[in-house]
Amino acid sequence: MTTLVTATGEPKIDYAATAYMIICASLVLLMTVPGLALFYGGLNRVKTVLNMMMMSFGAFGLVGIIYVIYGYSMSFGPNDIGGIFANPFDKLGLHDTSHIVNIFHFNGYGGIPELVFVGFQLTFAAITVALISGAIADRVKFSTWMVFSGLWVTLSYFTIAHMVWGGGLLSANANGLSAKIFGAANGVAKVVPIDFAGGTVVHINAGMAALVLVLVIGKRVGFGKVAMRPHNVPVVMLGAGLLWFGWFGFNAGSELAPDTTAALVWINTTVATCAAMLGWLVVEKLRDGHATSVGAASGIVAGLVAITPACGALSPIGSIVLGAVAGGLSAMAVGLKFRFGYDDSLDVVGVHLVSGLWGTIGAGLLATSTGLFYGKGGKQLVIQVVIALSSVIISGVVTLVLGLALKKTMGWRISRDDELVGIDQTEHAESGYDLAEREGRLGAASLGLHAGAMRHEEITDAYETNGASA
Amino acid sequence: MKLVTAIIKPHQLGDVKDALEAFGVNGMTVSEASGYGRQRGHSEVYRGAEYTVDFVPKLRLEVLVEDIDATSVVDVILKAAQTGRIGDGKIWVVPVEDVARVRTGEHGAAAL
Repeated sequence: MTTLVTATGEPKIDYAATAYMIICASLVLLMTVPGLALFYGGLNRVKTVLNMMMMSFGAFGLVGIIYVIYGYSMSFGPNDIGGIFANPFDKLGLHDTSHIVNIFHFNGYGGIPELVFVGFQLTFAAITVALISGAIADRVKFSTWMVFSGLWVTLSYFTIAHMVWGGGLLSANANGLSAKIFGAANGVAKVVPIDFAGGTVVHINAGMAALVLVLVIGKRVGFGKVAMRPHNVPVVMLGAGLLWFGWFGFNAGSELAPDTTAALVWINTTVATCAAMLGWLVVEKLRDGHATSVGAASGIVAGLVAITPACGALSPIGSIVLGAVAGGLSAMAVGLKFRFGYDDSLDVVGVHLVSGLWGTIGAGLLATSTGLFYGKGGKQLVIQVVIALSSVIISGVVTLVLGLALKKTMGWRISRDDELVGIDQTEHAESGYDLAEREGRLGAASLGLHAGAMRHEEITDAYETNGASA
Repeated sequence: MKLVTAIIKPHQLGDVKDALEAFGVNGMTVSEASGYGRQRGHSEVYRGAEYTVDFVPKLRLEVLVEDIDATSVVDVILKAAQTGRIGDGKIWVVPVEDVARVRTGEHGAAAL
């Protein structure tokens, strides 16, 4: 293939790739709002569904802004600092972004506008933070969650994203860990770490943060005694379906061009997910006696998580194996929280950490050109373990420090009474459903009365005056 | 006047309503209820965790009738709601002091 260049040698814009990437970025947005929000919201109890969804929406709102201000520069800026992050000031506020970039210098492509790449990456940062929220459902102050989101995305996400994708320590860079372990040739590590769409950056990162946070924050009132079962399973399945749909943008979009690799990624993402859903259901049927809907939805997510790092490196058959194992592993892992007594409310650890680790390490076994199972030796496997553990350590340490600091300052927990009443009412002054109509009356604030004038008669008078004209 | 209250299985409502209409009952009130008697709840499994659901969904059917009709109405409901299996429900009758129709202000038997 020939490189598309203009007469001046500037890469030419590739309209197909640009259109493709704008669609893919939008698909990844759909994964969080509303996909993940619905998936998590349905799994929660009826009195906490809105807070759960708001944690995703809120995180997206904040991370979207931070990403534009300094997040992109810190992840993908031109000046690497110690292999850990890039200088956040180089492209502060997205100044100095290029009209056209050829990010990974693929042969055969023109460029896409750098802003398209920014948009695509912005949605990744946002969903990674939102993923964590499922572990700490029902019990944390919305304000503390928002502050945590901003700090965590800065210190854990932007750094790991830079290390893996931005040319840092966990990339194929000649100064990276892989090059130090197995050497480099022509400025590139001989063994290129495989993380196609975010096993380390997204899932291990979020899953580890979830594990540490639940240990810092503690259990919900009644955990292990009271039934905390999903309040709306069809919504869980709708959310899982939207996640799957959006995930094509996540994985196939990570190729940054609509080409043969993107096609392979699409197929691999599909079959791994099918296999994981069935794997989860088989474990359930054998262990619990029933194949459940929530199990199918969870298996879908486990499969998507596992194939994320590996989707560009496996064959479709290898992807089926990877997915089936992921579904089975995560189905077994979700029970651990009861055995060890940590309240990972919606199983972010069991699904994202476990399947994220498996997918990242499994790529070292199943990669067609470098994997152990294809007789290519164990070097790829070693590097996969190294990048997976690096992500575990970085995310674990950053989350522990941030979690404890916020515990000492703002505090994480809402009061026990508020938790029993339900966080939707106490944090957001709303309820998710009004199925049986309870009319109620307008409150004092809506009737133009000051807060002190809440006496019943006054409210009644005001209601009658205003209500009559309405 | 009497108030006949029946707790029945939700899927028996259609039969019970038809039987009551055929008998000549003009109206009734139905509300969702949950409870248990000899039929205990069931268990559900979510992500491998088993939850026991003690209360079974039922419908509460209320019919206001004249004293003379009470026994027959109980029989009508009984026949229509009976499946013979555990959890068919219960029916009870209590005396009612007065009934008023909101629209017209009629009282007593005229308001039924």
